[in-house]
Amino acid sequence: MSFLLPCPNCGPRPVDEFTCTGEVTVRPKSDPTLRDLTDYLYFKNNVAGVQREWWCHRLGCEAWFTADRDTRTNEVLSVEVPAKK
Amino acid sequence: MRLEPQQGERIDRSHEVSFTFHGASVRGFEGDTLASALYAEGQRIFSRSFKYHRPRGLLCCRGTCPNCMVQVDGTPNVRACVTPIREGASVEAQNVWGSLDHDLLAITDKIGGPFTPVGFYYRTMIRPRRAWPLYEKFLRNVAGLGKVDKHAGRASRYDVEHRHAEVLVIGGGESGQAAAREAAAEGRHTVLVDNGPDPIELEGVETIQGTALGTFEGGLVPVDAGLVLYRFRAGHVVVAAGAVEQPLLFPGNDLVGVVLPEAVRRLVGRWSLRPGTRAVVISADDGGLDTLPYLERAGTEIAEVVDLRETRVHEIAAQGRGGRLASVELDGLKVGCDLLVVSGGRQPAYALLAHAGARVEYDDGRGIFVPTDLPPGIEVVGPAAGETGDAAIPAATYNGAAKKGKCFVCICEDVTDKDVKRAIAEGFDSIELAKRYTTVTMGPCQGKLCHVPSIRLYARENETDEATIGTTTARPPWQPVELGLLAGRPHEPAQRTAIHHRHKELGAKMMWTGSWRRPHSYGDPAAEAKNVHDSLGVIDVSTLGKLIVSGPDSAAFLERLYPNRFGDMKAGRIRYGVLNSDAGRIMDDGTLARLSEEDFYVTTTSTGAGAVVEWFEWWNAIWRMDVEIVNVTGALAAVNVAGPNARELMTRLTDLDVSNDAFMYLDAKHAHVAGAPSLLLRIGFVGELGYEIHFPSPYGEHVWNEILAKGADLGVKPFGLEPQRILRLEKMHILVGQDTDSESNVLEASMPWIAKLDKDDFVGKWSLEHVLERGFREQLVGFEMENGVVPAEGGQIVIDGRPGGRVTSARWSNQLDRAIGMAWVPPNLAEEDAELTIKVDGSVEKARVRLRPFFDPEGEHLRT
Repeated sequence: MSFLLPCPNCGPRPVDEFTCTGEVTVRPKSDPTLRDLTDYLYFKNNVAGVQREWWCHRLGCEAWFTADRDTRTNEVLSVEVPAKK
Repeated sequence: MRLEPQQGERIDRSHEVSFTFHGASVRGFEGDTLASALYAEGQRIFSRSFKYHRPRGLLCCRGTCPNCMVQVDGTPNVRACVTPIREGASVEAQNVWGSLDHDLLAITDKIGGPFTPVGFYYRTMIRPRRAWPLYEKFLRNVAGLGKVDKHAGRASRYDVEHRHAEVLVIGGGESGQAAAREAAAEGRHTVLVDNGPDPIELEGVETIQGTALGTFEGGLVPVDAGLVLYRFRAGHVVVAAGAVEQPLLFPGNDLVGVVLPEAVRRLVGRWSLRPGTRAVVISADDGGLDTLPYLERAGTEIAEVVDLRETRVHEIAAQGRGGRLASVELDGLKVGCDLLVVSGGRQPAYALLAHAGARVEYDDGRGIFVPTDLPPGIEVVGPAAGETGDAAIPAATYNGAAKKGKCFVCICEDVTDKDVKRAIAEGFDSIELAKRYTTVTMGPCQGKLCHVPSIRLYARENETDEATIGTTTARPPWQPVELGLLAGRPHEPAQRTAIHHRHKELGAKMMWTGSWRRPHSYGDPAAEAKNVHDSLGVIDVSTLGKLIVSGPDSAAFLERLYPNRFGDMKAGRIRYGVLNSDAGRIMDDGTLARLSEEDFYVTTTSTGAGAVVEWFEWWNAIWRMDVEIVNVTGALAAVNVAGPNARELMTRLTDLDVSNDAFMYLDAKHAHVAGAPSLLLRIGFVGELGYEIHFPSPYGEHVWNEILAKGADLGVKPFGLEPQRILRLEKMHILVGQDTDSESNVLEASMPWIAKLDKDDFVGKWSLEHVLERGFREQLVGFEMENGVVPAEGGQIVIDGRPGGRVTSARWSNQLDRAIGMAWVPPNLAEEDAELTIKVDGSVEKARVRLRPFFDPEGEHLRT
């Protein structure tokens, strides 16, 4: 893991400057069944391909953003800072 | 013995340099390497081989083979042939038992053959099992190369430098220089890395004398430049790493005097040395033939030249005397010689390309492996790409039927063709498995001299072709590298509070908490704790994480993050909060003070600030609520004054009315303390009346000094982390990370009042509800020992002879005159007075469960 990740604010930076919290998941709405809850908490899709992930430029601008990354090649196709509501 | 001065020699005969070899003085010239100077003084044996302790001499002369590895000033495995001579250096040979000329372990070469075949250490020295410690001691002593001086100080400092280049060219040969010139002419920022002995100067190109160790994703190329590791990020990498001269496999191919062509070129051309008196040249390509003019210049008689492209040779056997070449037999024809120049063709140095993901393909027309399918961003030029000229494919071995000595496939690890055959016979038919079993390619040359010959031998023995055998995976580093260089300069960030130096002056014993330095105590933890109970203590709590959360949505935001309720909090009040993950696990804890309708002041644990800020920001990246989160941890210092005299002290330090009615327990107020604009929090982690004062860091020492001065007659004394831990344990306050782990939740940690499950939602709510549904599995409780022994933290709770729980904290409390602690126990034992048995140093001791704070359970001390 030494690829460059394009931070939406700072441009391409070494990946070790970032934190990754894994794939973007959908939090169940309310009163989930135990199955829905454990699916959300523990079961990741873990695709071999493009997946959307949460990244934070921890040692830079500290912004959180989502990145579409190909898990096979580490190519980052796009990044996006979530829009203010 | 030098030749007459000649044009192009790299030595400066007017400038002598001397060093010692095994204590004896050796003189050389500026421009010599350690090896060339030793060679000039007649040294021919430079090391003893790995397993058989056979004498070894210069083979490649370009830093590839292991033969000239020596110990220089305590540093092992220095390649003498490429290490410039240095005045006063102390050089010693390696892997020598006795002397270089008479090595005691050379006996293994004579008689060890049948007993030390490939992988012998997996089979022998196993029984009797009791003797293993002896075997191990012996093996440890004889294995490995060089000796690390455990007592050596740090002689040199290593550094890491991050660099960028648009174009990084690796290799400064003809093709590398051409590529660099071309890139520079296009106006691109170009850096050329070369590990050759001569500095290169190119217009518009930055050149670095160093070795590229590998290529990693993102165009990352670490370059070993001696004491600096450059971490290059290159937009485009051009590999011009050249090709490696290959040896031939025949009996006696490791004798001193058998050399590769470059050795002749360097010995004669650079250092004006005669490589031998009578030479035989056997060459599969032009490499060997190119040495002929050098040999003539050196006055070496050329006895025989064999061009394998024209002449077929079936058997080659070199014979020696005392490990040094004496003659060579070519198909039965014996030629006396003391120099044998062999060239088995050149193998493209593709490793750096393979690291980057290129494929490697066997070219059966030329008998070499060539790189193909290059990934984007990397390019190969020159011999590394396969432009290695016309060459014959050498035979796998030139062994005759008669036994004429050992034929080495791998000189680094002393692996012979017989060993390889034996491995195949034992079933190691895949090259990757055979590599691990025989260790061919795993020595110091990392396969540069043995990879292709071993594959050729595998193909022949398995009756298949080289393409089928394939190559082993190329992995960085491509050249050996000193571990110190990879470790770099130690950068251990240490955070100090604004009051740090005062602690040192007061004789504090410092300790690490995360990256913070904090006083463990000022000498007597028990007395410091007692002073808090009796009169007044002060502790530096600047390490607490401090955040300001503000904005119209701040209360709603915190309510969603914490299981607690904050919406109903009045401005100026404080609540204790525990932060949970969505899986309901405890992440951090701290206090939250509502400063106004829209502003909250949040403290975290000392080590948790960064993670908490990140956690807050992450959830708000999802929720997008109208809040701002500012980390003011470093900007603010904080001290906690606690003890019965705390109020009296505060009246002396501030104009604020600190009477119990005006400033109640869990109130937060702004005021000036000793002139510093401060936020005062009336909280009591340590169980006594206390005030936490937060103020700008620059006032740190001033406020601390004022507290000590104004409180002198009140008995104020600083206390450290250890007394604080005793005090908080008396109050049964948890320490996140000490009493909780990654599995703990607030319900089982006996803080059910934290979780307001009637809230619509909060992070971790559903998981906590599930915990209620499934029932508790364990519970965090307090305990006191019946006989006063303090169990170890992490100690076992024993139930019916089996482990049933664990101690998380335990201390002796002078205040209570008891040994107390906290532990996770099965829920049925989480009852007041339940009996616990705790393992202490092998014996079992009794304890009683306590569910309420040991000290001042009603909290009267806090509210006075």
